Amino acid sequence: MLCQECQQRPATLHFTKIINGEKNEFHICEHCAREKGEMIPGTSGGFSIHNLLSGFLDFDMTGKTQSGGAAQAQQLHCEECGMTYAQFRKIGRFGCSSCYKHFDGKIDPLLKRVHGGTVHAGKVPKRGGADLQLQREIETLKQELQQRVEKQEFETAAQLRDRIRELELQRSQR
Amino acid sequence: MSDFAFTKNALSSWMKGEGKDSDIVISSRVRIARNLRSLPFPLVASEEQAEEVRQAVIAASEQAAEELGPMQPIRLEELNEIDRQVLVEKHLVSPALVNESREAAVVLSTDESLSIMVNEEDHIRIQCLRPGFQVKEAWERATSVDDALEAHVDYAFDDRRGYLTSCPTNVGTGLRASVMIHMPALVMTHQIGRVLNAVSQVGLTVRGIYGEGSEAQGNLFQISNQITLGQSEKEIVDNLEGIVAQIIEYERQARSRLVSESKIRLYDRVMRSYGILTHAAIIDGKEAAQRLSDLRLGVDLGWIEGLPITLLNELTILTQPNFLQKTFGATMNTSEKDMYRAQLIRDKLVKSKE
Repeated sequence: MLCQECQQRPATLHFTKIINGEKNEFHICEHCAREKGEMIPGTSGGFSIHNLLSGFLDFDMTGKTQSGGAAQAQQLHCEECGMTYAQFRKIGRFGCSSCYKHFDGKIDPLLKRVHGGTVHAGKVPKRGGADLQLQREIETLKQELQQRVEKQEFETAAQLRDRIRELELQRSQR
Repeated sequence: MSDFAFTKNALSSWMKGEGKDSDIVISSRVRIARNLRSLPFPLVASEEQAEEVRQAVIAASEQAAEELGPMQPIRLEELNEIDRQVLVEKHLVSPALVNESREAAVVLSTDESLSIMVNEEDHIRIQCLRPGFQVKEAWERATSVDDALEAHVDYAFDDRRGYLTSCPTNVGTGLRASVMIHMPALVMTHQIGRVLNAVSQVGLTVRGIYGEGSEAQGNLFQISNQITLGQSEKEIVDNLEGIVAQIIEYERQARSRLVSESKIRLYDRVMRSYGILTHAAIIDGKEAAQRLSDLRLGVDLGWIEGLPITLLNELTILTQPNFLQKTFGATMNTSEKDMYRAQLIRDKLVKSKE
């Protein structure tokens, strides 16, 4: 594919811009991109996944305007590594595991946009994660119980209920 | 020049194995990101802290030696620049580990199918590679390595957010599963754009073969999951496998359509490339990748006999700029590289016919 600007060089940058809901596709070469002032990955001051992420965070801020909320957000920081929320917004990466805790109230919109979900549903470490594993198992069993009851399969449902009780007891005894 | 085992052969021994659908999927890869609980992420860690991480991870890998099998820890400063880039060209480490990381290391298995990167964007990145279409198998190996390491280090984990990572795009499972897939027929029939677009709408990403920001070379693409939070590892792997299985089917259909509708033109293209590769005196990296792609297609279609697909895999890596310099033991400028590249391909292809 040739660059849509100069029609000479091959288009090496392909991207879609959405401005106010209007979608535009671009296929251009690096040369024209630079001339047009488009952001190019790998060049200084350029565009990266992390900038993109911080864009999501900025998005979250709009609508609520730059009142006291924004000023407060600037001062929000991680007590463990000292990274401020403003820094996080700029680089799009956390400084340490405690940042997740300190910025907890702020990152849900970001996570939702990137992943669709905000709560972990996968593997749990063997050590220290045993309780969560148990809790997961109970939740799965409860869902199944619900389905069995709906299908009026009461015998299986009763077995499931007993198993859930057993696990809940185990959990409370930890 | 240094003498590390990984610099001797372009083809890692794991690549010699056979995998499912290996006419289209070159390899499958799983990478999981982990961090130690008590230390800051590499982004803000001090030199001392980064060194502490490095020692802890190398020690843990040694303690887990039984589960991990034969491994060698390599601190990146032990390597010269060419050897470091060779690690990248062989896909054993990410470009970021070599180019942007401090106090970096890789613990590498002898067959090179497993590498544990230390102090990349996260403290630990476990990477597991398999030939052909074997994402599930790669995941199973990676998760067992994860368990083995976890017995000796405390991971940063949160009940709600899962495994905590420096970049929010990896949090949760920390899992990135991918396949490297050869799609010449979809490219030739201009269907690739549609396929790639569809892929991106189901939570997957397509990249060039050297990861983020790299260009697709020789019709090779890397397809991986984007979502790491809110789905289980099994869902992520199943989703990727399901979509890739469909893409494989599309590529097969496109190939058979090309063969039935314009066989002679396709045959001409393959054989021209074969001719050029066996006779050219100068060839740049991009052309080599394209011609090797044609040749691979010719082998897959049974038009070229006696040429093992592993040789093509080997040539893909051998003809990368740093591996060339390693092979010939010299520093070269671009035009010298193009000459040596042509010579190397010629020799290898002619020898395979003898």
